[in-house]
Amino acid sequence: MTSSRSSSAGSPHPYIPATAADRARMLERIGVADVDALFADLPATLRDPEIDLPPALTEPELIALLGARAAANADPLRPSFLGAGAYRRSVPAIVSHLTSRSEFSTAYTPYQPEISQGTLQSGFEFQSVVCELTGMDVANTGLYDVASATAEACLLAARVTKRQTVALLEPIHPGTVEVVRTYARGAGVRVDQLASIDDVSDAHACLVVQQPDYLGAIVDLEPLADAAHAHDALLVTVADPFALGLLRAPGDAGADIVTGEGRDLAGAPAFGGPSVGLFAARSRFLRQMPGRIVGRTRELHSREEGGQPRTGYVLTLQAREQFIRRERATSNVSTAQALIALAFTIAMQTLGPHGLRESAELCYQRAHDAARRIARMPGFAIPERGPWFQEFLVRGPVSPAQLTDQLATRGITAGLDVSARPEPEAANALLFAVTEATPDAHVDALIEALAEIGAEA
Amino acid sequence: MTVLRPDSEDFGARLSFDRGEPGRRAVDVPVWRGEQTLLPDAHLRRDSLRLPEMSQGELVRYYTALSARNYGIDSGTYPLGSCTMKYNPKINDLIASQPGFADAHPNAPQAEAQGTLRTLLELRHGLAELTGLPHVSLAPAAGAQGELAGVLMITAALEDRGELAPRRRILVPDSAHGTNPATAAMAGFTVTQIPTAEDGSLDHAMIERELDETVAAVMVTVPNTLGLWERGIEEVAVQIHDAGAYLYADGANLNAIMGRVRYGDLGFDVAHLNLHKSFSTPHGGGGPGAGPVCCSDELAPYLPTPIVVEGDDGLVRFAAPERSIGRLQQFHGNVGVLLRAYAYLRALGLDGLRAVSGQAVLNANYLRVLLHGHYDLPYDRPVLHEVVFSGSRQRREHGVRTYDIAKRLIDHGFHPPTVYFPLIVEEALMLEPTETEPPEAIEALAQALIAIAEEAERDPDIMHGAPWSSPIGRLDETNAARRPVLRWQEPASADV
Repeated sequence: MTSSRSSSAGSPHPYIPATAADRARMLERIGVADVDALFADLPATLRDPEIDLPPALTEPELIALLGARAAANADPLRPSFLGAGAYRRSVPAIVSHLTSRSEFSTAYTPYQPEISQGTLQSGFEFQSVVCELTGMDVANTGLYDVASATAEACLLAARVTKRQTVALLEPIHPGTVEVVRTYARGAGVRVDQLASIDDVSDAHACLVVQQPDYLGAIVDLEPLADAAHAHDALLVTVADPFALGLLRAPGDAGADIVTGEGRDLAGAPAFGGPSVGLFAARSRFLRQMPGRIVGRTRELHSREEGGQPRTGYVLTLQAREQFIRRERATSNVSTAQALIALAFTIAMQTLGPHGLRESAELCYQRAHDAARRIARMPGFAIPERGPWFQEFLVRGPVSPAQLTDQLATRGITAGLDVSARPEPEAANALLFAVTEATPDAHVDALIEALAEIGAEA
Repeated sequence: MTVLRPDSEDFGARLSFDRGEPGRRAVDVPVWRGEQTLLPDAHLRRDSLRLPEMSQGELVRYYTALSARNYGIDSGTYPLGSCTMKYNPKINDLIASQPGFADAHPNAPQAEAQGTLRTLLELRHGLAELTGLPHVSLAPAAGAQGELAGVLMITAALEDRGELAPRRRILVPDSAHGTNPATAAMAGFTVTQIPTAEDGSLDHAMIERELDETVAAVMVTVPNTLGLWERGIEEVAVQIHDAGAYLYADGANLNAIMGRVRYGDLGFDVAHLNLHKSFSTPHGGGGPGAGPVCCSDELAPYLPTPIVVEGDDGLVRFAAPERSIGRLQQFHGNVGVLLRAYAYLRALGLDGLRAVSGQAVLNANYLRVLLHGHYDLPYDRPVLHEVVFSGSRQRREHGVRTYDIAKRLIDHGFHPPTVYFPLIVEEALMLEPTETEPPEAIEALAQALIAIAEEAERDPDIMHGAPWSSPIGRLDETNAARRPVLRWQEPASADV
């Protein structure tokens, strides 16, 4: 058995530099007897309560404990076909290298632009990339995740249209629906989940559409934009930014606001977070947008005589924000997901215009090839819902629960069971995702396992 | 200390989009050699995507150059009050990036994510112990989302009591973070501002006068944004409950009191924490953070989804509280941040956390006495985690504003403090040294601020132009807002 070092003379912990001698010198200067005296304002009867926490661990002990915990999760190399909102991507190696530079990672909100140009200029890069992908005029520096960004889009739509109901077109991620409901409740906004576009009406502030939809299908946005606009409602598109390397930009198809999730390209799925919610809009909504926005400007004066002021970046249009506008702010958001936004930006720029398209095409081809192979197997079917991108429904000779179990016993994680959904194609089906980052060997293992399951059924 | 060199070129004028050459690429994509599936043209992108075309090395140099134009806690002292900029232990990043944690899929069967789930369960227990509020949801992504959760929980509880219709007001001190009134408004409440009394605590008489059947809640930051203990808050809590309202704690300043006093024991019903502050996860240039919400038995049924629970079978699972306000994110919260916070909790233990709060408070008081007399101190009494000076004397006597003082501090190698907040202190300079600064760093910071106070008398002009040593000089923020340029444009149409 070992235990943590503890010495009354040295510093109390590697994270706390002051030694006992330092403390004595500081206390003397302050003019109090001990540290406890500095807490004299706290109510005496409630001070220093009994608190039950496990004992402190040294670094090697922490690594041992949490290494074992990480190993208690599923083997990260195990074949998995889970998607439904989080997708394995080929993340370029330079992304984590650059975002782990501590000048980026250990800074905070860039309140002092003169020593925060790294965060600010890369925030401007992020806004530019998001605008290019979505076909929108303006973007902010990112919100918490796609669902909360979509909720903020709904609140914006309600404010500008002065309507108190928003419409979500199914199939849309159930997590997004739930988050919109949470935010809407506070704002007194009603949420309609529509099974058909025919149900959009003059009561709706916006129509929210997911692209590709929750069951993987590519949505033709233009008629939806027309339908929303016919009722003076906004079209909010919840788009996968990676798919937009290939698919028509929502702005080009008539969307008014586009949200999206940037986590997949930024790095590992991390059990769903940290994420980054993309938020882009038409310029007429600029002053109603939530979150931080970076603007380009110049120095007030050149430091060199006769020189030109140089270009720099600042947080701008802050009169929308909580720390200035308080209860009249467009949102309460403050700290968001800047480091994940940076990772997303670098990943997109590493891929570049051609690499992104090629990567999205590879994803499309790989997924369709896998689906085709499964569809050819006796006992299996791929219920079609029109063109799709990277996710497809699989119906097998056994129930979805049995298929999941039988794949698990063969060391494979099946797609998500969506058989409880109302769409007829989802009946008895699992939702499989295959992406550009799914190894061929994993698809081969899946096909082999399905063949065995089919033969046994 | 990192020295940030001024640029010789106009670095900011050229974005990544303006660098490189058409045809260069930073990464290759495997070629698909199997059967081709056509995608109908109608669905394809019609415009050609404009993204930079740079080689890998160029891109790495560009972002490395950008990082050198930034200042983090690893660069030097960062006394940004209310933000708890303390050293971020690197072991925490290493732990969270282990493939078993990092590659876990959010839809994975929960039996296959027991390592993460058990860790989250233990973090939940630790936060409950530290706050004295037994129920916790780790779902909120940041402090402001934790606030929204807390206020929506109060909304739901009032609704179940049949009292939501009349209780439309939330009382917020005039020293509060802007997120408090913004959150109250987002949840549909009107805000009544409560003034701060002369001793820096809330005006208790005013609260008593305002408390009636129209009040839903009182939101209080403890310790408050002046760095002071909220005197008599435990008695105010009783009055608030007698009036049928709830007491909310903004836990942004938990660092001052960890292990010494608990929100639950003081009578708070609900609190949010900022794990990126008190539990020292990297602030990331503005996130990711994590803002868990902790509450009493009464409010537990309303916690946001998910909460983490252990079943009789020994498996840890996500669950939805019976009257939950719902989800705040598509998945389970900022899990990567929560894992780092857990590692921090385990590295410190109770004695370590008490040493943290003790040293944080000692450091703030040390800075207070070192600067005493050089700047005005509107609330002149011992402080907790931070101290708020005023530059009003420098402004009045020498025409030097707090803005100038902050900018000049950059030339001395420090990140400036929070300025012009809290709003109730004129020309506020809000300094939070944290426990991770050694005494000599605090002395150097004090010497720099004293030198600046002397310079304000002697040579105010040099201060109006500061900073002189940063990569770029003062920027025209007025023009940025008046003529917004918010994205890259083709060089022909760029007009700044």
